[in-house]
Amino acid sequence: MFPAAFDYTAPGALDEVLSLLGQHGDDAKVLAGGQSLIPLLKLRFAAPVILVDIGRVDGLEGIRRENGHVRIGARTRHRDVESASDLRGTLDVLLDAAPLISDPLIRNMGTVGGSICHADPAGDWGAVMLAVGAEFVVKSASGERVVPAAGFFEGPFTTGLHADEVMTEIRVPVETGRSGGTYLKLERKVGDFASVAAAVHVVLGSDGRIATAGIGLCAVGAHSIKATAAEAALVGQEPSDEVIAEAARLAGEAAEPKADIRGSAEYKRDVARVFVQRGLHTAIDRAQGEAA
Amino acid sequence: MKVTFEINGAEKSVDVEPRTLVVDLIRTKLGMTGTHIGCDTSNCGACTVLLDGRPVKSCTLLAPMLEGKTVTTVEGLAKGGKLDAIQEGFHAEHGLQCGFCTPGMMLVGKALIEANPHPTEDEIRWGISGNICRCTGYMNIVKAIQHAAAAKTAETAGVA
Repeated sequence: MFPAAFDYTAPGALDEVLSLLGQHGDDAKVLAGGQSLIPLLKLRFAAPVILVDIGRVDGLEGIRRENGHVRIGARTRHRDVESASDLRGTLDVLLDAAPLISDPLIRNMGTVGGSICHADPAGDWGAVMLAVGAEFVVKSASGERVVPAAGFFEGPFTTGLHADEVMTEIRVPVETGRSGGTYLKLERKVGDFASVAAAVHVVLGSDGRIATAGIGLCAVGAHSIKATAAEAALVGQEPSDEVIAEAARLAGEAAEPKADIRGSAEYKRDVARVFVQRGLHTAIDRAQGEAA
Repeated sequence: MKVTFEINGAEKSVDVEPRTLVVDLIRTKLGMTGTHIGCDTSNCGACTVLLDGRPVKSCTLLAPMLEGKTVTTVEGLAKGGKLDAIQEGFHAEHGLQCGFCTPGMMLVGKALIEANPHPTEDEIRWGISGNICRCTGYMNIVKAIQHAAAAKTAETAGVA
């Protein structure tokens, strides 16, 4: 298989990228790691007129802490998140999710921003970013927007990103309290898309109660789902088995799975519930462990 | 369009259509058929090459993405008629049955022990999880990579 013909350009500066996107709009497609886009091109599900490769633009890769945020360049490879061990303790969910994305070779090429913008309902980063309350920095020739992850995912492969925009950075807030999180994923084999996955991130206040809770669900709906009712049921509560079980039940209700070869809708909904329950236990244990 | 890159130590400048896949460029244009096409859908890893030292799937890479990069294929492993430690390992432990996945397995194994000279069995199995051996000969593949890691460690100790 090979793609339909396209024009290709690899500008060295972001301004050129933005100008090309402004000029070509929906006819252009941004190429980063290509691990989702190239398969789509080969299958001819996508046939853009022009590919704008952002591989030569400086400043789009790397992970750094700044002003209470962890800032992840949009072109940072999954592999580089996987090895960012200093995130342990503050953003466990990122470190737990990264090694479960596809397989090691894909993780060497595929990028965090690319995966988010591709917005596969079974993409892992969407659920993770919803759980940690990330914001996305997107740029166009006319300026910059900072878009919250909540609301960004609109449907299968559909986001709030405009045709003339490119994502440049992911900003994850780092809370001052004790935090813990994890990512649980059910897949039939390494490299398969998730049958179901859940991202959990919890911050405890100084009184030991849950200060903030983030829960993202993967592959159980038309897009990554933020389980807001479950989150609300946790905030302000003293962590307990009952509180966790109730939040997990609400998270299961937030899932909108469809039956397919990976399982029935009932099965997937229940896996989502169980994963959130297990994930919350792990997240809270980790957050409490930091105090010891 | 023109794309210039280094492959197995030699600089190449080729004229390609932008839609050319790297695996096709290597096999057809450069005539190096050690890089295999298995699934052609980013699943099997038969087309693995090292891109700036990291294993990637060359069926999921466009030729222009090679500009200015360094590529290693299985043909680039042996140096001056001497097999690389990873090749010695696959030979000694019989880390292949039909051999179709072997170029990819060796490149992944080489990159793995360069990044992690003393991998555990788990780390090796994790490291090769993007490469499928449809003969299911994983036991000996793991042993082959362990063999190469041990040989490299002994070699380094010998030098020091």
